[in-house]
Amino acid sequence: MSVLVYTENWDNQFKKLSFELVSYASSVAKQLNTNVVALSIGALSQEQLASLSQYGADKVLSLENPDFKTFNALQYAKAITEAAQQEKAEVLVFANNISTRAVAPRVAVKLDAGFVSGCVSLPESISPFVVTKKAFSGKAMAKVQINKGLKILSLNQNAFGLIPNAKPFVSETFNSTLATSNAKLLETRKSSGKMSVLDAEILVSGGRGLKKAENFALLEQASDIFGATATVACTKPVADLEWRPHSEHVGQTGKVVAPNLYFAVGISGAIQHLAGITSSKVIVAINTDKDAPIFEAADYGIIGDALEVMPKLNESLKTFKSKS
Amino acid sequence: MKILVCISHVPDTTAKISFVDGNKTYNKEGQQFIIGPNEELALTRAIEIAEAQAGSTITALTVGGAEVEPTLRKALAMGASDAIRIDSTPKDAMNVARQIAELAKIQNYDVILTGREAIDYNGGQVGEMIAELLGVDSVSGATEMQLESAKALVTREIDGGLEVVELQYPAVITGQKGIAKEPKIPAMRGIMMARTKPLLVQAPIALDDATEVLEHSLPKAKGACKMIPADQVDELVRLLHEEAKII
Repeated sequence: MSVLVYTENWDNQFKKLSFELVSYASSVAKQLNTNVVALSIGALSQEQLASLSQYGADKVLSLENPDFKTFNALQYAKAITEAAQQEKAEVLVFANNISTRAVAPRVAVKLDAGFVSGCVSLPESISPFVVTKKAFSGKAMAKVQINKGLKILSLNQNAFGLIPNAKPFVSETFNSTLATSNAKLLETRKSSGKMSVLDAEILVSGGRGLKKAENFALLEQASDIFGATATVACTKPVADLEWRPHSEHVGQTGKVVAPNLYFAVGISGAIQHLAGITSSKVIVAINTDKDAPIFEAADYGIIGDALEVMPKLNESLKTFKSKS
Repeated sequence: MKILVCISHVPDTTAKISFVDGNKTYNKEGQQFIIGPNEELALTRAIEIAEAQAGSTITALTVGGAEVEPTLRKALAMGASDAIRIDSTPKDAMNVARQIAELAKIQNYDVILTGREAIDYNGGQVGEMIAELLGVDSVSGATEMQLESAKALVTREIDGGLEVVELQYPAVITGQKGIAKEPKIPAMRGIMMARTKPLLVQAPIALDDATEVLEHSLPKAKGACKMIPADQVDELVRLLHEEAKII
């Protein structure tokens, strides 16, 4: 028996999300009184693999076969399924993110497992197995019971946090063969190397109140002052107007985010936008309309024109940063 | 080209959510139901493609009770050729996927489209499950899609960029924002025609649910928003540092 966690990598590196997943898997394993096995696919350094044991992985399985260099949902699902079978996994843990969303449903079919995606906390009971997930795009939570022996959980990013739990580093190579697939990766276009809105700890987000694309420079400045863990986001209308790329669109049909700090600048707070930000720890709203719904969702509010408030706020943040 | 578009019947994006029956059931009272926004865009793109390729057909499908039929009629009004309702109200994505795969096995669709996720339970599972049940390739979260006669070219969002993937038919593609620019609004002629287009009701296969929702809850209400005068931004920075301890 074990809990198997699939730890994806980005250019052969793990990131905070990977450690959050292992922390979560490790806590689930504690509930089940079993071990945690992390599965990595790619040519990662021993140092990277060892970092997983800092968060409770009892064993790291490393699939380094170069055939698996390119992500392919069908092929990755086969390899992950084989690892789960080898390790007699009773629970599998995935991230609820873009690439594992393509894989985990396939694994659920292969293993005839019960799959709950978008979990936000540990199972509240293990017999029956009941876990809470986000539903209605963040407008509600649903308590879900899994009726199958094998369970798959995908965790929402930043829902659980990190729990350091150092274990001795034990690794084992794992191998698999490619399933037949006719999918061909033709091209990868990397965006400027900026942090994704899902990974950012601080989001400086703008709405139509910014009035034009150029004014997002004010938000870029704020983001730069906060540093590498911050980035700019936007609302759906702003992405539709092509002031900002769709990859930055936060909300029901865009990305559902959970940063530590969310600045809603010139955002009125349409229900579809609020759905995407309710998991933020602290929300600051800056808007001219005192009755805007964003103030009901916010912790701190300033009634004022974003174009007047932001330059002052940037100055104040700069002063604060230079002192701290 | 023979295309199947699986659509979800979900509460409108502006709906305020509440529950009845001891928080077990979503409160449908007075709610407007729509085609899920991701599937609406996928359907729009499929219609654009089919209009340019003579002889193409688009079947719109939903798994649900009779109450989903107006949603299927809307898909017909947008331009789908016919519609199928699998007469079942499953609790679980795997059940939905198995119902659809069972039908798709017989129908030999070239492309099966779904949305990235339905906006009620945000599972994002059904499309990839269908692909696995049929043993075919898939792309999830497509932001662009070309369906050529022998292959599909699909752009999908990845962490920190985009990927362009080529697929052979049959294939499953789950669409999201970007796959079409704006959802197609049915014209009056389309609405009239939709009334006479075939809507087939198909019996479900008997399946257990792998998961089931026991109850719902609403997120905790936030405390009152602390207002700071616009000329005192230093105070905001101080509060974020000392009170919220977030910077």
